[in-house]
Amino acid sequence: MKRRPTFLISVMIFGFAFFYIPILSMIVYSFNASRLATVWGGFSTKWYVALFTNDKVIDALILSLKIALVSATISTILGTMSGIVLARYTKFRGRTLFSGLVTAPLIMPEVITGISLLIFFILLGNWIGWPASRGFTTITLAHITFSAVFVTTIVHARMLQADRAIEEAAMDLGSRPWQVMFDITLPVISPAILSGWLLAFTISLDDVVITAFTTGPGSTTLPLLIWSKVKLGVTPDINALATLMVVTVGLGVVAAGIIMNRAEKRRQAEERLAFQRND
Amino acid sequence: MTRATLQRWLDDKGWPAFLIGLPYLWLVVFFLLPFLVVVVMSVATKTTTAPPFSLGGEHPWISLDTYARILTDGLYLRAFLTSLVNAAIATFFCLLIGYPVALGLTRVSHSWRNILLMLVILPFWTSFLLRVYAWMGLMGKTSWFNVMLTDAWNFLVPIDWAVRSIPMMHSNFAVILVMVYTYLPFMILPLYASLERLDPTLDEAAMDLGSRPARVFLDVTLPQSIPGIIAGGMLVFIPAAGELVIPTLVGDAGSPMIGRLISDEFSQAKDWPMAAAIAVALLVLMVGPTMIYSRYQAKAEGST
Amino acid sequence: MAEGAAQDAFLRIEGVSKSFGSFQAVRDVSLTVGKGEIFSLLGGSGCGKTTLLRMLAGFEEPSAGRIFLDGRDMAGVPPWERPVHMMFQSYAIFPHMTVEENVGYGLKHDKGMSKADRANRVAEMLELVQLTPFAQRKPHQISGGQRQRVALARALARQPKLLLLDEPLAALDKKLREQTQFELMSIQARTGVTFIVVTHDQEEAMTLSDRIAVMDKGEVRQVGSPTEVYEFPNSRFVAGFIGSINTFEATVIARESPHLRLSVPALGTEVLARDVAAVAVGQAVTLAIRPEKLRISRERPEAANALAGTVRDLAYFGKDSLYRLDLAGGGMVQAHAVNARRGDEGARVADWDDAVFVGFDPASALVLVT
Ligand SMILES: Nc1ncnc2c1ncn2[C@@H]1O[C@H](COP(=O)(O)OP(=O)(O)OP(=O)(O)O)[C@@H](O)[C@H]1O
Ligand SMILES: [Mg+2]
Repeated sequence: MKRRPTFLISVMIFGFAFFYIPILSMIVYSFNASRLATVWGGFSTKWYVALFTNDKVIDALILSLKIALVSATISTILGTMSGIVLARYTKFRGRTLFSGLVTAPLIMPEVITGISLLIFFILLGNWIGWPASRGFTTITLAHITFSAVFVTTIVHARMLQADRAIEEAAMDLGSRPWQVMFDITLPVISPAILSGWLLAFTISLDDVVITAFTTGPGSTTLPLLIWSKVKLGVTPDINALATLMVVTVGLGVVAAGIIMNRAEKRRQAEERLAFQRND
Repeated sequence: MTRATLQRWLDDKGWPAFLIGLPYLWLVVFFLLPFLVVVVMSVATKTTTAPPFSLGGEHPWISLDTYARILTDGLYLRAFLTSLVNAAIATFFCLLIGYPVALGLTRVSHSWRNILLMLVILPFWTSFLLRVYAWMGLMGKTSWFNVMLTDAWNFLVPIDWAVRSIPMMHSNFAVILVMVYTYLPFMILPLYASLERLDPTLDEAAMDLGSRPARVFLDVTLPQSIPGIIAGGMLVFIPAAGELVIPTLVGDAGSPMIGRLISDEFSQAKDWPMAAAIAVALLVLMVGPTMIYSRYQAKAEGST
Repeated sequence: MAEGAAQDAFLRIEGVSKSFGSFQAVRDVSLTVGKGEIFSLLGGSGCGKTTLLRMLAGFEEPSAGRIFLDGRDMAGVPPWERPVHMMFQSYAIFPHMTVEENVGYGLKHDKGMSKADRANRVAEMLELVQLTPFAQRKPHQISGGQRQRVALARALARQPKLLLLDEPLAALDKKLREQTQFELMSIQARTGVTFIVVTHDQEEAMTLSDRIAVMDKGEVRQVGSPTEVYEFPNSRFVAGFIGSINTFEATVIARESPHLRLSVPALGTEVLARDVAAVAVGQAVTLAIRPEKLRISRERPEAANALAGTVRDLAYFGKDSLYRLDLAGGGMVQAHAVNARRGDEGARVADWDDAVFVGFDPASALVLVT
């Protein structure tokens, strides 16, 4: 006998409506012909056309993608290293500080991370002449630092589940520690590394606060561009841009989810088949 | 022989040193060092030079002036209070909405569960800024949402209280609403993780022993999900207290939150030491919640 | 006893101990293992078997003592340089490699080996464990028993001097386990590799091994062939751990070469037992007799030792039965009897409440001091 949890279902419906009505409303209004962003004036795609002919938007998008690509890759390398270290090297001098350093940026308010990096870069520029100006490099360095910490968390969690014996078996069969890492550890945790990279990429692509502090003249990322416009209010072209971004990411996540779900189902089916045939 | 020795050294010492050292060095240079600079900055003295501060020389090495101002100037105290209260209220409402949703997720069929979980995670992957922006569209005076609410209000209350539109934007109400909206997934996911692990036979055992569903919830489900509640709560509270984007876009400029204050002191007042001191004070305030969080997060994800 | 083991001590473990913090997992273990032997480490859960094995493989450094393999001191030699391979308790198959890649993994470290040789070796190994048709499968596509054989083939591929097997059969079901035991023995005979097998299953240890070391709380209590540890256990612990046994408090009253005369209050009579050098007249000892050494009969037997009793309880297993007898002296004894009589006569020797006798030879009565 199963009772229908009516209360739970109504709260869930409310919760999901709360989640999606603002986004849906934004999508609908991106097709608004009116200049006034919140008053409906008929259907139109002109804001999308305007978007694609706006060089500023295109440039900002390219800069954002460049930064996200570079910072996601480097932070994945660093984060994977520290995730493995946290799980596998339980005793070394300075481990307490190390584990503090890889968790602190997670909870540090972004304003503080941003300001401290900005002050640091300015003083460093004054003392040693580098960085001479802020822009692509400083933004990327900042993004690497805080996305690496997210990658660390993901990789660490995965490493704790991984069977230590597999790595020992490889060592036992003649592999040196670094070979074990490339032959066994990294392939086994590769899905976690991939999700780490994706997370780092989206975080970088999305970041406003830290980017705002570490950027310099001439380096406007897409979120910064949106930030500067949004501070002045709601405009239809931002609705269009937002719709494109939300839909792109949404489709990507849904597709990834479906692909992973299928792969998992296929793997389970194969496993069942194997046992039926051989035992 | 030397080759073998070198090889042995690389295996035993070199490789771990490389694995540990590289990320360690990176975090020390780009996280610890900048943070220490902020701490030092907070005891420096503001000047009109560039960069606008001074340590030593004609100024004292350590000046606690900034901290004294934080404790005495009502502006700062009010900002701290506003931040903490807003964050606490937002956390409460996240829990109020998030708990039933998370519990509901554990009760629906498996295929539905995957779809709904995806729907919870999806906003998390889309731009934070745009999620805030989406609410700006809804809360504006002329938006369909505001018009709808205004009509409802005018219909319900005496004519004297009728309004032209509901003033939602640029208020603490807006800040809290948008915080709840943007941070809700952070509450739902740990709650779901801790509720999902509960053994459904416990519920059944309790019902079997004669408890009504509401009692089962109070006696069995709720106590076991407390680590999840605390972990999720801190996961919302901590970033909400230091939030900058939301108060800047939808907040009341007259009663700023800490994040905004830090940013304003730094960029507009050019008072670096003051900005640094507020930042340090905020961090000190967050130490407690952080420690609570890390204790309960382990529990929420652990075996119980 | 331990023939040949001492003169070509292929593996020599000298006073090895291992502590984790204040806890001693392995205490002062000394063993020698001969080339080509199947040597078992037998003991209960947590007695330090895996820890000892891990020290042989090089994953743990001994806190004290030394290990010599083929004359070479293994101190400080990392796992990847030891000619010792291990079959892990969990098998530890690489999940992202096919069966073939798993088996060939260790070979890629042999720089001198050509590609073709490597492929041949892998094929040979797959043949040995009868996995040739599964070469291209991934680990999740094969059964548990097949995974066990992949682990075995992988560990054997590089022709180790010593193969360590940590509970190699524990994860298999009973039927597969018995079949695999014999396979393991035949593979060992064909390859000639020295095997050290960890197990907590005494029957498995008896079937598989040339010699067994019985371990308890990190210590080795007895080393010997299966017959030795079963027939001549050196302590109450070993006697009780391997098989079941009846034990009674006793006192030595006389030495009547080649026997000892014991007074055993629980049996209500004096008993002749096999002489052991280390006891003196008057010493308190333990008398131990295995249930199957006791013969049940309705008439008083001719044997040197005969006890009178009543059948209190019996369990019929088909080919044999277990009797629990109350003895005249107030003690209780268990006896095993083969149901040799034809079914229509009533297969059992005796029934509930029957008055019976049990007889046994002095040679099968053990005197244990510790
Ligand atoms: N790395 C370690 N740190 C602390 N204690 C350990 C460690 N490894 C093993 N031990 C302890 O040493 C003892 C022996 O462990 P070991 O794994 O050798 O037992 P075992 O004989 O293999 O048992 P089982 O039959 O259950 O596998 C156990 O009490 C265990 O808790
Ligand atoms: Mg073990």
